[in-house]
Amino acid sequence: MTVRPRKEIHLAAHFPGVNNTTVWADPRAKSQIEFASFEHLARTAERGLFDFFFLAEGLRLREHKGRIHDLDVVGRPESLTVLSALAAVTERLGLAATVNATFNEPYELARRLASLDHLSGGRAAWNVVTSSDAFTGENFRRGGCLDRADLPHSRLRSSGGTPITRAAEFVATARELWDSWTPEGLPRPFAHRGRHFDIAGEFTVPRSPQGHPVVIQAGDSPPGREFAASAADVVFTRHGTLEEGRAFYADVKGRLATYGRAPEDLKIMPGVTFVLGDTVAEAQERAAEIRRRQISPQNAILTLEQIWGVDLSSYDPDGPLPDIDPDPESTMVQGRVRVGDPLAVAEKWRTLSREKGLSIRQTVIEASGRQSFIGTPDTVAAELDEFVRTDAADGFILVPHLTPGGLDEFVDRVVPLLQERGAFRTEYTGTTLRSHLGLAQPVWKG
Amino acid sequence: MTAPHGRALLHLAAALDQQAAYDAASHVELAQLAERGALDFVTLGDSFARPGLDGLGVLSRVAPATGRIGLVPTVTVTHTEPFHVQAAVATLDWVSRGRAGWRIDVSTTEREARLFGRRHASPEPSASLHALWQEAGEVADVAGRLWDSWQDDAEIRDEATGRFIDRDKLHYVDFEGATFSVKGPSIVPRPPQGHPVRVVDATDGPARRIAARYADVALVRVTGPAQARALRDELRHTAAEFGRSPDDLRVLVGLTVDLGDGECAAEPGWRSPLFERSRELGGGGGGSRQSAQGPLYRGGPVDLAELIAAWHGADAADGFHLTPVEPRRDLERLVNGTVALLQHRGLFRTFYPGSTLREHLGLARPANQYAVAGGAS
Repeated sequence: MTVRPRKEIHLAAHFPGVNNTTVWADPRAKSQIEFASFEHLARTAERGLFDFFFLAEGLRLREHKGRIHDLDVVGRPESLTVLSALAAVTERLGLAATVNATFNEPYELARRLASLDHLSGGRAAWNVVTSSDAFTGENFRRGGCLDRADLPHSRLRSSGGTPITRAAEFVATARELWDSWTPEGLPRPFAHRGRHFDIAGEFTVPRSPQGHPVVIQAGDSPPGREFAASAADVVFTRHGTLEEGRAFYADVKGRLATYGRAPEDLKIMPGVTFVLGDTVAEAQERAAEIRRRQISPQNAILTLEQIWGVDLSSYDPDGPLPDIDPDPESTMVQGRVRVGDPLAVAEKWRTLSREKGLSIRQTVIEASGRQSFIGTPDTVAAELDEFVRTDAADGFILVPHLTPGGLDEFVDRVVPLLQERGAFRTEYTGTTLRSHLGLAQPVWKG
Repeated sequence: MTAPHGRALLHLAAALDQQAAYDAASHVELAQLAERGALDFVTLGDSFARPGLDGLGVLSRVAPATGRIGLVPTVTVTHTEPFHVQAAVATLDWVSRGRAGWRIDVSTTEREARLFGRRHASPEPSASLHALWQEAGEVADVAGRLWDSWQDDAEIRDEATGRFIDRDKLHYVDFEGATFSVKGPSIVPRPPQGHPVRVVDATDGPARRIAARYADVALVRVTGPAQARALRDELRHTAAEFGRSPDDLRVLVGLTVDLGDGECAAEPGWRSPLFERSRELGGGGGGSRQSAQGPLYRGGPVDLAELIAAWHGADAADGFHLTPVEPRRDLERLVNGTVALLQHRGLFRTFYPGSTLREHLGLARPANQYAVAGGAS
């Protein structure tokens, strides 16, 4: 019988974002924009020996009922520029930027990413996202010429006559550019002619320390999984139960062989939240308090309106749920994904409210999510470890609810316990993000 | 803003451009050296056709390693998205705490166009240059609007109403240009300087009007102080026609400097107008001649100080943007020689009294165009 070596957990830190996970009203909450906040969180993550630091992206401010959404954090600096600056104040931490493939061009973005990889000594990562909505497009030259192949849910493979998506071709083209210099440092001309891009010339950046920056794919849809299996190094996925995690993990890892890849070539990292306490009861109490702060009375009505798709401002957040039905055709919400089946969700929430006697706000708090890991540092460490040991994940992208101190307690109290269990590194052994993640250097395709 | 004896302050900037440098360390070292000389700002040239890293990324990496000096990357606007460009420049301003500038440039060649495959370079170069600078003007314009699309006090964090922002203080820009349109508002709140400093090389005709209209700093490549003064007068005059105060525009003479010859006699090119004029104006024994990048000064750091003092004294320029031919060697001689001498004579600052690039340049933080107009989002 062979004993599998103990799986080590990979950890990443997500800078608190523009959804209601981020509690901005806490007296300890600081700027979402100033560099000091990013520096604090990145340095904390590096102190905790994290694999990487992660920034999300938005290209148009969200709207609700035709006006800019004002209840959550609004606005953020541009990711790659922040990460280039963070490269100056960190030494080992990976630096991951979410950058939209729809509203960029391969030459420019591949160059910016390769530049970050050089400037950070091999710590760059790119979280590839797409958005095909005309709403976001209104800020861009490309906005007027989006086509269906931009959609993330078009078929991904070029075989069999089905179109390859722009995003998939974008990533493939970026890799061609990253491979265009020889490993010895000689520039060579490139030419790419595909369905979406017809470009040629010379790349201005030598092959970067990682060869290719790490590629992250976010999302759980079947085409997203296929794309991840074919082209990504890390999957940023939604967190669920242990069983759901194992099923997703098995599914995605099972797709790798088709592409000649081994299971360890792709890391699966769900985004998770956490709340710590000295006792489990205290942690639960804190978690409930955080939920109340995340779902203000105004936010409860707004959450409901996002499902119902109609104006519910006359409803009392402390009163019962509306008995009118949602409008499935509503375009009231712009710039965020709408729930799949509003009628079903509304029915589920009404039932919940009736059975437990909950008000609108209480129902939203109850139904719209909970913290992923709640407990003492010990129980949280054990649970995280279990997810990884039993193949529900390779690691986690932690989403703190406070800027910039939201990671401090985890790093001070949970990381040492993970290390004691032998589940997490006690020092950085390599200098690049690929080495932290245990990913091979990509083979140079000359 | 004037010095005690009534003369306008001298402004000095230096280019960090090196041959094929792909590392952070060499750029940091040069920027720190320039900061030791209390220069207003450093520039880093960039284009999609030049070997090198993304210029704005490099200067973001430099930002935390420096404390006062302005950071001005070139960001071209022909093949890029105006929305991304303004967000990146605004972010450079945030990470540098108010020290960002942006040298606006266009991509003229078919070679660059092929890297994107979206549009072609025009076969008729002069018409093309005109159109490209028209577009660059629109990008400069929309960038200013997007920086203003958040009022400074838009973030309120009002717990009573649950609102993070006052959305009446955010504004759509609804910009319709000839080649692009932008809805807005920006994704990035208004940067520390309000508007990061816009820099345009105003030597060529099509760029000159754009500089007069939108630039905070105009660079001119000239052969002598008379030409510099004439260009500066023209730029100030045109700026006034666009409704700006001419004093909101700094005109810096671009000069490539080769300080490798110490204080030796002048080069064969010493008979050039630049040199002769500088002699007339009290310049020393250094020489200059035209190079591909503009006039080249070749000589010693002391004579360069003479030349700078003479031109500035004659109101030919608000200052100089100096491009060392050998950055490490020449920047060091520039800071320890030329700048030290100018400081000794009381012609140049010995420390930074302000913390933002606008403060170094004596430029006010601009009012928000939407705040003035009143808020309707």
